[in-house]
Amino acid sequence: MWKFIVRRLIITLPQLLLLSLLVFFMASLMPGDAFTSQIDPSLSQDAIEEQRERLGLNDPWYQQYGRWVSGVAEGDFGTSTAHYRPVTDLIWERMINTIWLSLLSVIFIYAIGIPLGIISGRWNDRLVDQIITGYTYLGFATPIFIFALVVLFFFGFTLGWFPTGGSVASGLEPGSFEYIVSKLHHLLLPALSIALIGVVGTVQYLRSEIIDTKQKDFIITARAKGAPESRVYNRHIFRNSVLPIAAFFGYEITMLITGSVFVEQIFSYPGMGNLFIESILIRDFPVVTAVVLLFGLAAILGALLSDIILSIVDPRIRIK
Amino acid sequence: MLSQELLKINNLSTSFQIDEEYYAAVDDVSLTVRENEVLAIVGESGSGKSATAFSIMGLHNRGKIEGEMLFQGQDLAKLSTSEMNKIRGKDMSMIFQDPLTALNPLMEIGVQIGEVLLLHNKNMSKTERRNYAIELLGRVGIPRPERVVDQFPHELSGGMRQRVIIAIAIANQPKLLIADEPTTALDVTIQAQILDLIQELKDDLNSGVILITHDLGVVAEMADRVAVMYAGQIVEESDVESVFVNPQHPYTRSLLSSIPATDYAQDRLHVIQGIVPSLKHLPRTGCRFKGRIPWIDDDAHEDHPVLHEVSEGHFVRCTCYQHFYFPDENKEDQANGVTEG
Repeated sequence: MWKFIVRRLIITLPQLLLLSLLVFFMASLMPGDAFTSQIDPSLSQDAIEEQRERLGLNDPWYQQYGRWVSGVAEGDFGTSTAHYRPVTDLIWERMINTIWLSLLSVIFIYAIGIPLGIISGRWNDRLVDQIITGYTYLGFATPIFIFALVVLFFFGFTLGWFPTGGSVASGLEPGSFEYIVSKLHHLLLPALSIALIGVVGTVQYLRSEIIDTKQKDFIITARAKGAPESRVYNRHIFRNSVLPIAAFFGYEITMLITGSVFVEQIFSYPGMGNLFIESILIRDFPVVTAVVLLFGLAAILGALLSDIILSIVDPRIRIK
Repeated sequence: MLSQELLKINNLSTSFQIDEEYYAAVDDVSLTVRENEVLAIVGESGSGKSATAFSIMGLHNRGKIEGEMLFQGQDLAKLSTSEMNKIRGKDMSMIFQDPLTALNPLMEIGVQIGEVLLLHNKNMSKTERRNYAIELLGRVGIPRPERVVDQFPHELSGGMRQRVIIAIAIANQPKLLIADEPTTALDVTIQAQILDLIQELKDDLNSGVILITHDLGVVAEMADRVAVMYAGQIVEESDVESVFVNPQHPYTRSLLSSIPATDYAQDRLHVIQGIVPSLKHLPRTGCRFKGRIPWIDDDAHEDHPVLHEVSEGHFVRCTCYQHFYFPDENKEDQANGVTEG
């Protein structure tokens, strides 16, 4: 299996290189440069030219790229042109918020999705399955931004049970019990919104996998051994059905970092998705570049993780 | 001398529901399996062979079972699933048709064999189970069993996997072994090895074997008694010699003349016209084979065909066997020297 993981890691390297090149050229295609927004209009053209030369903006692209990449490799994404703070600090703050939100959403998704999928698959076409399947169709059809808005309006605004924005109440000591409770209080509504809509894929996947696995020959073998139904389901059907869900876990991790742009926006939750939209609107290019790069990185790492998980749970993949 | 009766099936009917109505896939089948005896059930696809085997093992999840299946004095048809679970895998077990799909792809071979041990001997420890699994693998002729025990099914060839399935089936020394087309999915060279293995294990364990097959070569090699099934019914039953030397029912005779001969050149093989009618479109009255031998006079068939004992222990359904001939051959040429009755 180590062989597989090492090979899979090697494949990741050219992906990373390509990603960084893509992001770099996309950034250089954007109008202006890192310098434009900081220029005092009263400066002479010569002074600007001199400054450009000094900052290396006139160097050939590969030198600029080299400098940028080595900075990124050390975690230096430059300075935000809107906030006048290092991009790294800004992202770090937001990323922590997003990770909490996504972590809670993923926990909800599995806690709701796996039992529903199992029930639905085991008793397929019975009433209970029809109800669950009906819910998944509704979930597929409902856009998350509508659902989140309705949830926010009803539970946050009308009933007032939950805060309608932010990530924590102000004036609390970080690390204190009240602080953590307040954080959770702020997280619950957006996380549930993401989970209740996001869960439908997991339910449908698991359901169809279970229905599929139920009809496999090795299930008959298990019954012919004298295995009781509970064992047939737990040891044979479930384990084989959960493979695609396990494989999907890596992509859920991608979501941990990219966050949900819509939900964060609607709940005014200060996460990565929110930062991304904000930075685009105010043309904070160093931040946009860094965020795009991170999203790409998250996607690559998510796929890598998925493959590794799959190789652990499915022995057939280990050999190749 | 007849050995003890192990399984006695009386008037078994297994029906499946299609569009609100039940159709019998196994229709009024009676069979007996004795210790150390191989009973072959022969027939085309769709003739109800596997449905019979699955009924005995209680593996149909839907379907209505009527009749009696007396196994060591217990009527299997009346047992609950949990009572069946105490018997299957222990006193009776099954070898499946396709070794490529009959093993769980995510479980080590040793664990899959260990499972059937665990289910029927709660006090066996994990190491004991593993060691016994290795012993079983050796017994079914798998080289380097101590290595194979930790391997996964996809690392083994089809023949090896079928041996593993046989190892699972014999793990608890069953009295009755049901082999459902055990060699269909295997190479010809492997087929003979697997059949020899089943024969050998049967002799060791003194078990009764139900061998389901459509391969008459396998029947000739393995069986003591033969039941020929057509469209859910037994149409002929006898000891193995009689079936090959003196077949009576038109279906049996047609099957036998469809085998390519190796001792003389043949232009064409006999082809049985038509196909086995589907469950829903089966004629429920009269001789079920009638539609496939249309050149035989309608009067030759019985209205309600029953099994006739034509000689001791040799049963044939319907009276049409007395009037049957092959349309495309001269009477003298007819296969197997059958005399017209």
